[in-house]
Order: sequence, then structure tokens, then C-alpha cells
Amino acid sequence: MSERLSPLLSSPYVKRLGVVFDEHGDELTGILPYAEALVGNPLIPALHGGAIGAFMEITASAGLLAASDLSALPKPIDVAVDYLRPGRPSDVYARAAITRQGSRVANVRVEAWQERRSAPIATLHGHFLIKPAG
Amino acid sequence: MSDDLQARLDELAPLLVAGSPHAVDLGFTLEAIRPGEAVMRAAYREDLVGDPETGVMHGGVVTALLDHASGTAAFAGLGGDKATATLDLRLDYMRPATPGLDVIAEAHTVKVSGLIAFVSAVAHNGDINDPIATAHAAFMVTRVSQDAADRARSEMEGGLTPISKVEKKGGQA
Repeated sequence: MSERLSPLLSSPYVKRLGVVFDEHGDELTGILPYAEALVGNPLIPALHGGAIGAFMEITASAGLLAASDLSALPKPIDVAVDYLRPGRPSDVYARAAITRQGSRVANVRVEAWQERRSAPIATLHGHFLIKPAG
Repeated sequence: MSDDLQARLDELAPLLVAGSPHAVDLGFTLEAIRPGEAVMRAAYREDLVGDPETGVMHGGVVTALLDHASGTAAFAGLGGDKATATLDLRLDYMRPATPGLDVIAEAHTVKVSGLIAFVSAVAHNGDINDPIATAHAAFMVTRVSQDAADRARSEMEGGLTPISKVEKKGGQA
């Protein structure tokens, strides 16, 4: 695991959600392991939209941290989440793509999926404030 | 009519957090519910901090709180008898939450159009004029969400729960 991700992974909330990252070269996949505490509506059952949104925000931060040397955690300025399918009670995966990175602001897109990557359950795009090191 | 709705919402209020494991896990509490409106609180907790250096609660908690408050307002805006799915949630993060203080989300339904409710929400630390974040969200009564609500209703028949009591008493879904 890249050392660059350690400030993110040491965050109490990120640890509590149980988010981990699978890193292969420059490919970074976020994993939100299923837990009962992530369920929003047990009657469907569906994962909480807030948990999926938070997981995608964390994946966006991780994507930015992995891509360049930052002296602080990226801070979200605005994000938009589209919920495409109910999140089933199983693990969720997500990948971030940096659409544009300036010296202070980055635009990031994230896609989250479960069984098939071609059937995303949610997407996020947003702006993040970044502080490049040095 | 609106008194009936308020009575129904008051009866269902205890379920609106308790029925959602994730909201329970994050310690959310429902402060108020009125037709089309909901106020929800997230108590400050160290295990919800995003950056240990600053002690600021993670943006994800604010996201989940705004989502839950907005969904609850949509439920209250759609008559308190229909379950919804979130179509989208747009958030502006205006400042970090103040360490040590609870976060309160106030959500109101701007407009109901058919099966869709448009909701606007503000998160703050006690002063709504100093927002932490604002949210705009759209919720829809979908087949999946409504099937689940209908299932819950039929499972709960027997007079033991607030939902079935409301159904029997109300009679005008």
C-alpha cells in the first residue's frame, strides 16, 4: 500500500467504515467491505446512500493522494452523487479518475459497482481543494 | 388533513432512525418532523473524525446526515406512507464542522411533483446562518422502494407497530 494513502487510512471514520484499497501499479480500487451497519433500508435491503457517497468521497481523496505528493488530505468543495441502482448487501468497489488537476483544485469522477463494473450502482463527480507538497 | 399527516409522522418518528442500521450506527437522532420537513442531529464523536490532526468530523458523516435528513423530509413531503429511493444528492461543503460540536441537518421539501420530491437541506453547528454544508436532492417512489414498504406493512400487520396502527386508523393511504 502506498505510503501516500496512510493519512487517509489513519482517519478514525475511514477505519470505522472499513474502507481498504487494492493497489496494482497506477490502478487503485477502493473496497467497502459489506457490514450490517452500512444498511440504510433493511426492507429492500439496500445500503445507505450516505455510506456509498462517503465511500466514493474517500476513493476520490485516495485517487488524488496516490497521483501526487500532497501535504494535506484533499478537502471536498462540492460533490454530486447519482444513485443508479440500490446497493445490495455485499462489498462495494470504486475507482476514481482525475478529470483535471490544477495547483489548488482537482476535478474527480468516481464510479462504484458491485457484481459487474459495467453496472455501476452510483457515480460521483466533484471538486476537491488540494495542497501540493513543497 | 394536515393534522392527520402530523399525527402519522409523530407515530412513525421513532422508526425513521431506528429502522436504518447505518443511521443508528452513526448515532443520528430525529429532532423534529413536520409535513415536508425533518431536522436530524449527529452528535460529535471521536470515532467519526476525518482528520485526527484537526478533530473535524469527516465530510462523509455530514454527507450521510444530509442524505438521511433529506430522505426523511421527502418521506414527510410525500404523505408519510411512501418509501423512496435517492436519485441524486448534490453537496456544497462551505466550511469544516467545528470540532466538539454536534452537526444538525435541517431539510425541507421544496416541491413534490408526482412521485418525485425535491429537497433542500442545510447542515450547521447550531446557527443555520453559518452553514457547514448545503444539499439538494431528488427522491423518487420507485417500484423497488414501494414494494419494500408494502412488504413491511404486511409483515407488521397485527397491531404491534406504529406502521400498522396508522394503517388501520388512517384508512386513506
